[in-house]
Amino acid sequence: MKTSLDGLIDESVTIIREVAAEFERPVLLFSGGKDSVVMLHLAMRAFAPARIPFPVMHIDTGHNFPEVIEFRDRCVAETGVQLIVGSVQASIDSGKVADVSGPRASRNPLQTVTLLDSIAEHRFDAVFGGARRDEERARAKERVYSHRDSFGQWDPKNQRPELWGIYNGRHRQGEHFRIFPLSNWTELDIWSFIGQYNIDLPSIYYAHTRPIFRRDNMLMAVTDFLPPDEGATVEQMQVRFRTVGDATCTAAVASSASTADDIIAETAVARVTERGATRADDRMSEAGMEDRKRTGYF
Amino acid sequence: MERLRFATVGSVDDGKSTLIGRLLYDSKSIFEDQLEHIEAVSKRRGDDYVDLSLLTDGLRAEREQGITIDVAYRYFATPKRSFIIADCPGHIQYTRNMITGASNVDLAIVLIDARTGVIEQTRRHSLLVSLLGVPHLVICVNKMDLVGYDQEVFDRIRGEFEEFASRLDLQDVTFLPISALAGDNCVTRSSNMDWYEGPTLLHHLENVYTASDDNRIDTRFPVQFVIRPQRADFPDYRGYAGRVAGGVLRVGDEIMVLPSGLTSTITGIDSPTGPLQEATPGQAVTVLLADDLSITRGDMICRPNNRPRVSQELEAMLCWMDDAAPMQPDKIYTIKHTSKVARTKITEVLYRLNISTLSRETGVNQLAMNEIGRVTLHTTAPLMFDDYHQNRTTGCFIIVDEATGQTAGAGMLLSPRT
Repeated sequence: MKTSLDGLIDESVTIIREVAAEFERPVLLFSGGKDSVVMLHLAMRAFAPARIPFPVMHIDTGHNFPEVIEFRDRCVAETGVQLIVGSVQASIDSGKVADVSGPRASRNPLQTVTLLDSIAEHRFDAVFGGARRDEERARAKERVYSHRDSFGQWDPKNQRPELWGIYNGRHRQGEHFRIFPLSNWTELDIWSFIGQYNIDLPSIYYAHTRPIFRRDNMLMAVTDFLPPDEGATVEQMQVRFRTVGDATCTAAVASSASTADDIIAETAVARVTERGATRADDRMSEAGMEDRKRTGYF
Repeated sequence: MERLRFATVGSVDDGKSTLIGRLLYDSKSIFEDQLEHIEAVSKRRGDDYVDLSLLTDGLRAEREQGITIDVAYRYFATPKRSFIIADCPGHIQYTRNMITGASNVDLAIVLIDARTGVIEQTRRHSLLVSLLGVPHLVICVNKMDLVGYDQEVFDRIRGEFEEFASRLDLQDVTFLPISALAGDNCVTRSSNMDWYEGPTLLHHLENVYTASDDNRIDTRFPVQFVIRPQRADFPDYRGYAGRVAGGVLRVGDEIMVLPSGLTSTITGIDSPTGPLQEATPGQAVTVLLADDLSITRGDMICRPNNRPRVSQELEAMLCWMDDAAPMQPDKIYTIKHTSKVARTKITEVLYRLNISTLSRETGVNQLAMNEIGRVTLHTTAPLMFDDYHQNRTTGCFIIVDEATGQTAGAGMLLSPRT
């Protein structure tokens, strides 16, 4: 019996194969976060028993959770896929961007420059991302094949029509496409896949105890890169992460969920969206994501 | 149960976004932070009620102008079914987005304002639903609260629509009197319209039967990617990957490959979740054959006694979608059909369809943005295709402008007129 998850897997695998067939230099963005892990697994399944015919790339802010980097490297070794790292630190050292400072500084916005430079350096023409349309309102309007001009810009008012299951990847030299095979997945679908196929994830996706301080009603993890705010109380809490981005702008949620099934149970009754709960970067303005996407963000 | 994909289409003020907001809100699919956000915005703007359309209008220009610019996708689930909504803009200049949103859905909801009844936009959208072969149509007569929940109004609009629709190719049409703003008959039954005895909209969406919509007779498998592992542990593996476009593929089946006409037998079917004995429409699989044939991307696997048409001369309904340049006869375009890419000329416009009156206008040789016409095409390589009404996947194609890269046209292949 076909389930609704099977239909999503079929659609995503078809998109991944189509890109591999039509583009010269695809790359898969891989951070070790759960959506990119699902992407990597789907790519393996799309080409099995052959290996994935493109490399993966991590845009590294340098402000990572160590568990995630350890996981990333283990995944890459097991899969035999080539890993390219685009370093935000290198962009700062070369003077292309200025590092941020101050009590709420985050390198998250700086990633756009490093991402676009890495795409240009390796001449990638198709960049797979794990973004989903249920994540955010601007993303809800984006195509599966999302065109980027030679400045990496997205023009939401001039998107190509996308009909049936036919995708149009025609582009000029220097332009590229962002490809979103998980467009129609929801957070619950991601966890269902992880649970059903026993997909390994960084340990911090599951409940663990760590020092936490509160900022704007969000639970921020104390790390080497994020000292507690002045006057904030640090407490040991049992938490998990719903997303694992840059450590300075990713918040945790209180949870005792230790398996994918526990998380599915929690997600099914969650009353706050994934990004709303945990992403400080989306709270900047009403059009925060749209503005960043326009200039080339993930 | 399979997920239901549906599109909502309607004119600017028919209340589409409000209806979607209502479905999400009443089925408890809206999260607290989303609700707090739209409550705050509604309050700031001085609205009397929470504007549920703010849930779907995501772009800055949309919020500023209070309109929907592009197809917005929304997701919700009830214990019975998961849903993907494509919310399509209604204004005339964005017809191409409506086609984008409705091309691959199981069901379309067309909204009619109870105060205005069937208008040109209604006719236009219903025609597109008919042309696109959407299997199920729901006509929601919205804003019933503003006409006193009057049965006569509903019956009159239903009559107007049926008269118009008798000339269209619509298979399954359901009429519903609703108020998206007040919530009547959306998720819960209305106590304001005792005269209406049908289901609520959500009940209909949860129960509409779609399993027979796929063509499971005519076996069609466009080859998308050839998998040949360069690995010592799989020296002889050669698999043909693609998505089943029609019929059923079974291990042991005799097959024919087009355009070569060579035959072989299926020895195995691999899928992303493991080996299968059979594959049905929509499944992404890898087919293994008994013989080592020369098969490449763009080829079509079918049954020897049930083949698609193979031709370089095509006839189609073509919707033009490029605002930068009208369709030009004798200009060379790229055509993409299943996994096959070729070049084509649009040789003749047989007629242009007036989408308000359904009359056929002859003597034209161009199609401008948003215009639809019956055309003939000549391609550089043969396509393997079926009539769109037999098979949406092998009957559709897109036209790409080679200079700009834009998706300039969307076509539905038809049998030549006799």
